[in-house]
Amino acid sequence: MENLKLEGSAKTPTVNFDSSKGTLELKGRSIPENSIEFYKPLNDWIDAYAGSPQSSTVVDIKLEYFNTSSSKCILDLFKQLEKLNEKNTQVKVNWYFEEDDEDMAEAGEDYQAIIDLPFEMIEVEEI
Amino acid sequence: MTSELLTTILQIMEWKMDRFEDRPKIKKKVFNVLVECLQNLYHHIDENMDDLNTEQNEMNSLFMIAKSEGDYTITTGNYMKLTEVGSLKEKLDLINGMSKDELKEFYKQVLNEGTMSEKGTAGLGMIDIARKSGQELEYEFTPINDNLTFFNLSVRIEE
Repeated sequence: MENLKLEGSAKTPTVNFDSSKGTLELKGRSIPENSIEFYKPLNDWIDAYAGSPQSSTVVDIKLEYFNTSSSKCILDLFKQLEKLNEKNTQVKVNWYFEEDDEDMAEAGEDYQAIIDLPFEMIEVEEI
Repeated sequence: MTSELLTTILQIMEWKMDRFEDRPKIKKKVFNVLVECLQNLYHHIDENMDDLNTEQNEMNSLFMIAKSEGDYTITTGNYMKLTEVGSLKEKLDLINGMSKDELKEFYKQVLNEGTMSEKGTAGLGMIDIARKSGQELEYEFTPINDNLTFFNLSVRIEE
């Protein structure tokens, strides 16, 4: 299947979903007024990937900012991966946040509390 | 408030903050709160535009940001129907009555159990603003006429 690559913009993140490596990366900022439209192709890609996933799937969330419209779409994305995890791939989420960014660290904890997937919180100097 | 205007305001604000704010933590908080406040205006006006009874001047809105001794205050204002005031006031009072931990739980509950509108709103904006600012949300409703009021929201971001 084809990889999903999207260039980041002022309001949307860079997307790099690679089916042969089993890596899904979101990087940058996600602040569109309406996130549904942006996240739809990502959900569709994961649906297709679910057909023949790699034995391990690594999700790298490297967001500098995201708005509440995106927070719901990100949750839905995790819920999709949660279902996938029960099948034939081990899903792991790496949640990146910048030093001192307590809000972003806390946002990761919020998802971790809701979603039944292994989360690793990774503090970096700059995303 | 259009999507393009919103992008422009955010770009200007980010540029200014890059130059005049050297505390990355505060910069991020201000930017986050700005995004939510401005998008609240955007969605509110977007909804009003769908209503053919809305007068042109009712779509006007207000946005201010002030910096004083290192603290920021973000103020937004918009017209709204008197009939919508009750539920908004109830929500703001509920949020203002919550502790930090209660807000976190409330946010998670709405995030997990709430549904998203077609416009992409999740009912999380005010909760998120209150969490990020860590201060009480100051608000005011000024009656305009029998069916209109002007809603003002002020959010403080302190170190």
